[in-house]
Amino acid sequence: MKRRRLGRGVAVVGAGMTRFGSFPGLSSRDLFVDAFQEMLASVDNGFHPQDIEALFIGNFSSDLFEKQGHTAPIYTDWAGLLPRPAVRVEDACASGGVALRQGIQAIASGMYDVVLVGGVEKMTNLPTGKVTDALSTAADMAYEVAPAGFTFPGLYAAMATAYMHQYSATPETLMRVSIKNHENGALNPKAQFGARIRDTMTAKKASLVKKGLPEPAWQDELDFLRDERANPTIAWPLRLFDCSPVSDGAALLLLVSEDLARSITDKPLRVLGTGQASDGALHNRASLHSIPAARLAAQEAYAMAGIGPAQVRVAEVHDCFTIAEIMASEDLGFFQPGDGGLAADEGLTARNGLHPINTSGGLKSKGHPVGASGVGQVVEIWKQLRGEAGERQAPGNPNIGLVHNVGGSGQTCAVTIFERI
Amino acid sequence: MNQPLFNHASYNDYLSQRRLMGSRCVKDGALYLPPRALCAQDFSSEMEWVEFRGRGRLAAFSIIYIGPDHMIEAGYGRETPYCAAIIELEEGPKISAQLLDVDVFRPETIHIGMSVQAIYIQRSQETVLAFRPA
Repeated sequence: MKRRRLGRGVAVVGAGMTRFGSFPGLSSRDLFVDAFQEMLASVDNGFHPQDIEALFIGNFSSDLFEKQGHTAPIYTDWAGLLPRPAVRVEDACASGGVALRQGIQAIASGMYDVVLVGGVEKMTNLPTGKVTDALSTAADMAYEVAPAGFTFPGLYAAMATAYMHQYSATPETLMRVSIKNHENGALNPKAQFGARIRDTMTAKKASLVKKGLPEPAWQDELDFLRDERANPTIAWPLRLFDCSPVSDGAALLLLVSEDLARSITDKPLRVLGTGQASDGALHNRASLHSIPAARLAAQEAYAMAGIGPAQVRVAEVHDCFTIAEIMASEDLGFFQPGDGGLAADEGLTARNGLHPINTSGGLKSKGHPVGASGVGQVVEIWKQLRGEAGERQAPGNPNIGLVHNVGGSGQTCAVTIFERI
Repeated sequence: MNQPLFNHASYNDYLSQRRLMGSRCVKDGALYLPPRALCAQDFSSEMEWVEFRGRGRLAAFSIIYIGPDHMIEAGYGRETPYCAAIIELEEGPKISAQLLDVDVFRPETIHIGMSVQAIYIQRSQETVLAFRPA
């Protein structure tokens, strides 16, 4: 693989996000302004917003979700940043991760010194059925959605059947990913779901007993998750607790040329490497139990960084569905093909495991406002590498972190690696 | 030029005649289903039509309980889920389609690798490619 490099160093010097969740009455511009204020507050050594020169904003579909196109100048206006150039970046659920790459390239090229990178999505105005239809437009409508009736849960479920067939994995393996991510999310005040699955189970038991119904015999979380009434099938073999939620949210990063970084913050993150790849519809891929674009994006990012997966101390991966986290843990090289499920079973991806994955709770528990997700991942890496993640801090003073953001079922993947300097 | 364009409209026209038609690059023999006008391997635009036999094997699938609007309109839902599948055809290309005549309430009876055969179904006004066990 050709080893690409940045024209000059790029650093993250500020990061902020809204809580992810369902916020009736808040539009995407409200969310953007909220995240902008938190981002500004995160800058240690002071910084004037007027120094921002350009904006790159990931958003999948304000058109379908809010009936509003051409949103980049609107966000720019409401953040007080007119007349700066602003670009909306759309690569489905990878919109945020790709906006980040656009911002990195804009600085590395020498054209700008200070850039605002954002991601935002307002999804909860629509009923769930309409959200499913809007998200479906990120698949191939003519050749996946129309003829087969594939939905996004359906496409990832198909990958799950291929994975389970190839490696003899079971639905319980998927459930353990969900349990782990909810454990992490319960420690994240920005997460949509603040409860561990055990807590949800206990609350549900109590509520059934209170209604005079028989107490369910769930012994543990796996029992609870196997119960069709508690955890209904959405797209077999995926159930409700295998799927990320419908969310509103925004996340923002301040990127500068590396030579400016220390004047703005004491603990900047340098961009070590970044990669991106594209692919066709799921059925056109040689592998149905991994995401080839993720493998290519990771290879490119590792080559630029001059490191391998063993040096990555924390990773935020695109767990839109539980099977996606398992495939990601293999596609990124943390585990051999087929071992990702076992690694999840054995706790190797837990906060104190060999390869902590999704300490934020991941998209599963933190929430998945699709255009914001790729930027929200970087907010977590920002906190982890700076030792600011509180109760969910990964041990060992991690200094290198990775984000992996997938669009659609893998038609786009962006991977970026950061180092605390 | 009197042959149909290698595109989605022609593909659908052939489906309405219950024929599964793709394209083949005359220069390097690469097969495309659905048909394409440009070979992604050698960038040649010299294509010819090729008919697929419609036989293949199941490569991946899901039983979908919450479908898109057009499947709900076709009568599918939580009580009436359907099987969406990826089929690998004998000729090589894979394609997404509905898999009919399988027990959607017992997905353990649906096996990756099982032989399937193309059928043509009517959904709304359109003829749609689907498969059933061979």
